[in-house]
Amino acid sequence: MAETLLEKVWRLHTVRELPSGQTQLFIGLHLIHEVTSPQAFSMLRELGLKVRFPNRTFATIDHIVPTDSRTRPFADELAEQMTVALVRNCQDFGITLFDLGSGWQGIVHVIGPELGLTQPGMTIACGDSHTSTHGAFGALAFGIGTSQVRDVLATQCLAMSKPKLRRIIVEGTLPRGVYAKDVVLAIIRRLGVKGGVGYAYEYAGSAIEAMTMEERMTLCNMTIEGGARIGYVNPDRTTFEYMRGRPFAPHGEAFERATRWWQQIASDPGARYDDEVHFEASTLSPMVTWGINPGQSVGVTEPIPHPEDVPEAERAAYWEALEFMSFKPGQLMLGTPIDVAFIGSCTNSRLSDLRVAAEVVRGRTVARGVRALVVPGSEAVARAAEAEGLHEIFQEAGFEWRNPGCSMCLGMNPDRLRGRQICASSSNRNFKGRQGSPTGRTLLMSPAMVAAAAIAGEIVDVREMLP
Amino acid sequence: MTSAAIRELSGRGIPLPGDDIDTDRIIPGRFLRSVTFDGLEAHVFEDDRHQNLDHPFNQEKYQGASLLIVGRNFGCGSSREHAPQALMRWGIRGIIGESFAEIFFANCTAIGVPCVTVSAEDARWLQETVAARPELELRLSLEMMTVRAGDRTIAAQMPEGARQQLLEGTWNSTFVLLEAGEAIEHTAARLPYLVGF
Repeated sequence: MAETLLEKVWRLHTVRELPSGQTQLFIGLHLIHEVTSPQAFSMLRELGLKVRFPNRTFATIDHIVPTDSRTRPFADELAEQMTVALVRNCQDFGITLFDLGSGWQGIVHVIGPELGLTQPGMTIACGDSHTSTHGAFGALAFGIGTSQVRDVLATQCLAMSKPKLRRIIVEGTLPRGVYAKDVVLAIIRRLGVKGGVGYAYEYAGSAIEAMTMEERMTLCNMTIEGGARIGYVNPDRTTFEYMRGRPFAPHGEAFERATRWWQQIASDPGARYDDEVHFEASTLSPMVTWGINPGQSVGVTEPIPHPEDVPEAERAAYWEALEFMSFKPGQLMLGTPIDVAFIGSCTNSRLSDLRVAAEVVRGRTVARGVRALVVPGSEAVARAAEAEGLHEIFQEAGFEWRNPGCSMCLGMNPDRLRGRQICASSSNRNFKGRQGSPTGRTLLMSPAMVAAAAIAGEIVDVREMLP
Repeated sequence: MTSAAIRELSGRGIPLPGDDIDTDRIIPGRFLRSVTFDGLEAHVFEDDRHQNLDHPFNQEKYQGASLLIVGRNFGCGSSREHAPQALMRWGIRGIIGESFAEIFFANCTAIGVPCVTVSAEDARWLQETVAARPELELRLSLEMMTVRAGDRTIAAQMPEGARQQLLEGTWNSTFVLLEAGEAIEHTAARLPYLVGF
């Protein structure tokens, strides 16, 4: 019988059915960081338990790390404490840590793939909602909380219920200046921020097949913003070529055997889905959010919708968003002045993101009064970008070139908005206060659009700035 | 170690109107700079409370409430367990709402805080009723799957797996998962990527 990747991978990792009716699911790869793991290790110590599979958990430091000076101890004592705790926990329990300066430190969802830890057919968990990123490889990857981090450390398993499966088909060719970020923002806009609750998303269609692995990571990364915990793309030749030669990927004959297995775990033609939705890539345009959740977006040349034109159940949320952002119904995002431009985060901080942004920036200058930051996703990304001279393009234009970390995505480190600042951001959340100032305002968009806004000092249509 | 079975919760309610309230709002990121969950209750909804002095968590009449009544997609966004921990440490024992984000729901279940859904009309009615009568005792029954408010009984829903975990007292799942014993290693042994393909 034809099966989906979800069904195959779920079955393979099923340890047993639990009395509650849930599945005891084996977790093939567990990634941890300093924010959501210390309490889990404390619980483990209290219970007198060991880590069951220490060689299946890998750690890095990303959320709280300063991206300017990384001199230890950090100026923020709390950040220093968390870093010390992570290093000690990894030592005590025998877990590999990709520490600052190791050459591989970075945002957990950037380093997993680049190390080859993330592989097709795995179950992957991490105490971070953007774990869906790893679904780009045809893995079932999802975010968990700290008590579940404890469960994975102690048992390498989770108690889970299998989600339903929605296939999202994107056919056609993306127009110039339209990127994976725009695709996922358009999907969330149409299906809503809770449209995916109870579902996993399988992304398919010619536009998805044409995407590079880094583009697929951007797409899967924001799956959780549409309410679905898991989003994946079936593994194909693009996936296999990306895997080849990565430090933790199989090598030699094992790679050939792995490729054959990876091919088998992809969804079969004729498999059944609980739901299916279609998008046409050629109709998409660069997207910008205007509100306080990632579903509140428009194409850059479209007006902000009037709350009276949306379903009644959503009207109050629209007014709340407009009031917080100080925008008006019918207003165009085009021409909105910005204070800060941020290129980074687990959504868009990989080499291809920096290349696209650098292409826009090359030979131009950041507008007066705009603070512009580029924060590469990992030490490996920084190394590769510097080898190409991308850092010089950014610095010559007036961008700050920072060290890897989550930076201004989430307000847990020194990179924060101040007051009512408006930030053009390549990150994933425009929630109230998300970027560290309770009243700060976030406009989500692709890295190319952020670069264009940094140069213009206001929201512009990047399609007019591309060569 | 087992966790306590949770069959019924009773207490006063606290209404929190609004949809898509994310976990950054429940507990802003800067308060996650800690190696424990201690003291999070002091910062629950910190920024919302500063921006809105009438925020329910600021109001005297709701202090001591234990059942939170929310709207749609409550707890969306970040997977931070700090959000349910902050609510629980403030005194919330159960949450009634129109719908919940999935990771938030799982995190609440894992610390023994049931989240049940009711219809949009019933959620609104409960919020209005509690606002008018904050002293009213609410009763949430996971056995009956009902919410009782005065002489009215409202039907509630919850995914069966989580409901059973709470009723059985297995919501702290570590020891249930450990009971699988060697079956865990046997599962690992059939995974191609763990045995060199």
